[in-house]
Amino acid sequence: MTIGSGAFRREHLSLDVPAGSYCVIMGKTGCGKTTFLETVCGLKSPLAGTLFIGDCDLTTAPPRERNIGYVPQDASLFKTMSVFANIAFPLSIRKYSREAIQERVSTIAEKMEIKQLLQRTPHGLSGGETKRVALARALVFEPHILCLDEPLSALDAVTHSAICSLLVNLKTSLPTTAIIVTHNLTEAKQLGDSIIQF
Amino acid sequence: MFHKGTDRFYLPVLVSIASVYVGLIVLLLGADVFYMIDSALKSAEQGASWLETLKQHPIVTSLAKEEIRYAIQLTLFSCTASALLAVIVGVPAGYLLSRKQMPFWRVADVLMDIPIVLPPLVIGLSLLILFQYWPFTIELPGGKRLNTLIVYQVPAVILAQFTVATAFSVRTMKVAFDKLSPRCEQVALTLGCSRFQSFFRVVLPEVCNGIFSAGTIAWARSLGEFGPLLIFAGATRRKTEVLSTTVFLELSIGNLSAAVAVSLYMVAAAVVTLLCIRHWETKMYGNEHSS
Repeated sequence: MTIGSGAFRREHLSLDVPAGSYCVIMGKTGCGKTTFLETVCGLKSPLAGTLFIGDCDLTTAPPRERNIGYVPQDASLFKTMSVFANIAFPLSIRKYSREAIQERVSTIAEKMEIKQLLQRTPHGLSGGETKRVALARALVFEPHILCLDEPLSALDAVTHSAICSLLVNLKTSLPTTAIIVTHNLTEAKQLGDSIIQF
Repeated sequence: MFHKGTDRFYLPVLVSIASVYVGLIVLLLGADVFYMIDSALKSAEQGASWLETLKQHPIVTSLAKEEIRYAIQLTLFSCTASALLAVIVGVPAGYLLSRKQMPFWRVADVLMDIPIVLPPLVIGLSLLILFQYWPFTIELPGGKRLNTLIVYQVPAVILAQFTVATAFSVRTMKVAFDKLSPRCEQVALTLGCSRFQSFFRVVLPEVCNGIFSAGTIAWARSLGEFGPLLIFAGATRRKTEVLSTTVFLELSIGNLSAAVAVSLYMVAAAVVTLLCIRHWETKMYGNEHSS
């Protein structure tokens, strides 16, 4: 696959992530890690090549048809919505019933240890809480693939360790395929079943 | 060039220069108010109570004039209509310019600023010329041409105000969208939204204060519009007369007191509008601009 953004171009990328495994992508700043994640999510089109999820060719599919949960570096919570509404957002888009939304949000919030935050707005959340909410929002609709862009960046040591443990536990509690971008080799070893150097 | 010791003059010098302009504005408004009080006192009968003096005041008596009441009503209607239209156009245009997704966006960016820099009379003249040509010359079922229903009629007032106000609305919305990271709508797309759902459910609520600010600025611009109205809509009493044309019409018949009274209505409306704009801007930008 060839990916690019503006003047940036990266050619001959070939990646095979086995279902249910965590693949960590490492590389220097500006080597195209985020562009690659955005291409997988469908936010950018590949300049050449194909993208398959299972047997489906999703190279030209819009993001909503890919069933991929994406957490960008800054989490990008919707500031005008409560934490509950943020997490419920993908479910309400998919027209789930009110009871189903309530149940699913409650379950994921419990797993992410953010039940006490549900009625708050994203405005006053700490960095760690923000990441947990963004993760909950990306996981609540049970995506095939989870794309995390530097999920442990800009966190203090305690929060870093807590989120790292949470991601490791997710492997067993919510089996999903994940592509994680990071700069940190220790993190990569902790989280990844495979590590790709870009 | 400047020694360290001169730093104590830094703020006083800047404040003095800025104060010249602030002082000029205060004097302008103060002169209007003083003129009204002075003329009221002079015209008041000897020994009249303050209530009688107030009743005879041009600000009150001008409200009794049918023409001015019509002008106030048309002003409120046309400014609101043009502000609404300016927001309806300004939101998508500001978004496209901000995200650089418009074809030939650099050209479009410049074109949409033209009404801001163009002399107002030229805008009116250009509108007038435009409406002389097809498709505005199409004959309607009643036998009238389309342009005769617009030019020198109430729609011309709204159209002239809309032409200028939209440029300001687009600019305000572009700034609001510039402040909003595109990442939010990208995340919304991955969460299952279509482009329209992402725009209406995520982007628009985030720029809600920007929309109010754009609407208020458009309303204020429409209120002050005069040149294009005079050329394109005319200044026919009880037909296309708005407050800005009332000032001109009252002056032209030598009724200075009524002209100043109407000016003061407009000043009051402008102050209220500015307070609204500041309120939305503070909400939009936080303390960054308000402090």
